[in-house]
Amino acid sequence: MIHAFLNYAFMQNALAVGVLASVACGFIGVIIIEKKLVMMSGGIAHISYGGVGLGYLLGIEPIIGALIFALAGALGIGYLKDKSKTGVDVVISLLWSAGMALGVLFVALTPGYPPDLSSYLFGNILAVTKSGLYFVGVLTVVVMVVVWVFFENWKSYLFDEEFSLIRGVWVKFLRYLLLALIALTVVALIRVVGIILSLALLTAPAATSSLFAKSLEKRIIYAVIIGNIYSFSGLCVSYALDMSSGAVIVVISVLCYFAAFGVKKVLDKIKAASFAGGSKV
Amino acid sequence: MKETTKNNALIEKAAIEINNLSVYYGKTRALNNISLSVPRGEYLGIIGPNGGGKSTLLKAMLGLVPKDAGDINIYGKPSKLSRGEVGYVPQFAFMERKFPITVMEVALTGFLQKGVSPFHAYTNGEKEHAAEILGRVGIGGLYDRQVSALSGGEFQKMLIARAIAANPKLILLDEPTASVDANSREQIYSLLAELNETMTVVLVTHDLLAVSSLVKSLACLNGSLVYHGEPKLNSETVNSLYGCPVDLIAHGVPHRVLGEHIEK
Repeated sequence: MIHAFLNYAFMQNALAVGVLASVACGFIGVIIIEKKLVMMSGGIAHISYGGVGLGYLLGIEPIIGALIFALAGALGIGYLKDKSKTGVDVVISLLWSAGMALGVLFVALTPGYPPDLSSYLFGNILAVTKSGLYFVGVLTVVVMVVVWVFFENWKSYLFDEEFSLIRGVWVKFLRYLLLALIALTVVALIRVVGIILSLALLTAPAATSSLFAKSLEKRIIYAVIIGNIYSFSGLCVSYALDMSSGAVIVVISVLCYFAAFGVKKVLDKIKAASFAGGSKV
Repeated sequence: MKETTKNNALIEKAAIEINNLSVYYGKTRALNNISLSVPRGEYLGIIGPNGGGKSTLLKAMLGLVPKDAGDINIYGKPSKLSRGEVGYVPQFAFMERKFPITVMEVALTGFLQKGVSPFHAYTNGEKEHAAEILGRVGIGGLYDRQVSALSGGEFQKMLIARAIAANPKLILLDEPTASVDANSREQIYSLLAELNETMTVVLVTHDLLAVSSLVKSLACLNGSLVYHGEPKLNSETVNSLYGCPVDLIAHGVPHRVLGEHIEK
């Protein structure tokens, strides 16, 4: 395995893109869990499929199309949530399906043989090129910097949006900025786990870290570390067993989350029992 | 001309000046033609049945809900422009209590400025002031505790500390004693009385004990303003407000207390 990482450029690219995507996931995953935007993030991810299809139809890089669609979809969901009297879950599900449907139609309209879209749907971390790596690198740096720069504003916004508004904080700006950051993170994940599986890597590391870390800062740091462990172990297993990398990473993430959840429950019970014992004495 | 000058003088003297305010949620009327003047330094209690528009009135004062008619001036300025003068304590039940944030961090958010602040760091002065306020509201020793570990009363005190961090002239509280124990309720009322020495206090509550014995004036709201004046309740006012006998509106207040504070 070490030999593969040292000698094959595709393994080095895969490792690097896994690290970058895990960093973006750690920063945004914690926020979307606290703000309860998981389903909205799923919607944004699936809308991006329309952009992949459009990319093929127009002959441009599909991931650029995915980025444009994800950004437009994210801001569109935010706008419709603000303006529409229809429930936000209805808006999300309609745009979710519309994005996927457009992707299918655009690909059907593309001349020539239909392209293989499985790497966009389910990810293929081993197929990441140098340019793809740089692209994910830029997205990750933007996500990190924007979260870091406005960190105190995010904290107030996430805890109590209404109070932030009363203090004069630009809540609307933060709301749309957060949706745009979710779109960037989702696109960064497409190469790693794909559109369909992206939700697991967005939420599993953050959910695992929330079991053990109390502060927002620690939750982000732990989520970045845990995300890296999930993607690295998934990469190794998928290489060794010659299996789909995205699926392996997601299965490992989900299993580890439930294992961590079980460990946490046991630790809590032991703590409660020792506390009760101490009280009796 | 004289009328306008008189109105302007009233607005300048009042902490809150509301004229002919109506608010609709879709086709549902939440507030109907409310006019209310609250002088500076007042301690106003607002009571009324659930859905009577109490919280909506506070939100209208903060410019959080659109008005369909009328106007609101807070310390001489329209509500959206006066937010810097106003501290707000929201309803406890709607707060996110599992968010990973400490008591001190919440209190510090009371100092956030307008807009967004890149690389914002709270000053030592702000941190010292926040610690002082937490001590003043009685939770100074809990500054580094996560909000998820607070009791209901401690959580409310933290929200009050956040609301007064920036030294507002007016504090609006939406049922601050709901879901807190009797001891915490007394502590919160003492604190509000102390705050009233330096700022105008508006308290929305279901606690008739508070409105009858603590506040300086009382407003009864049930879509429209049923009563505004001395904090003395009589059976007729209460029955017309709630549309039912008073012993059905206890909301956790012992019935004998109601009996003591309602004039027959």
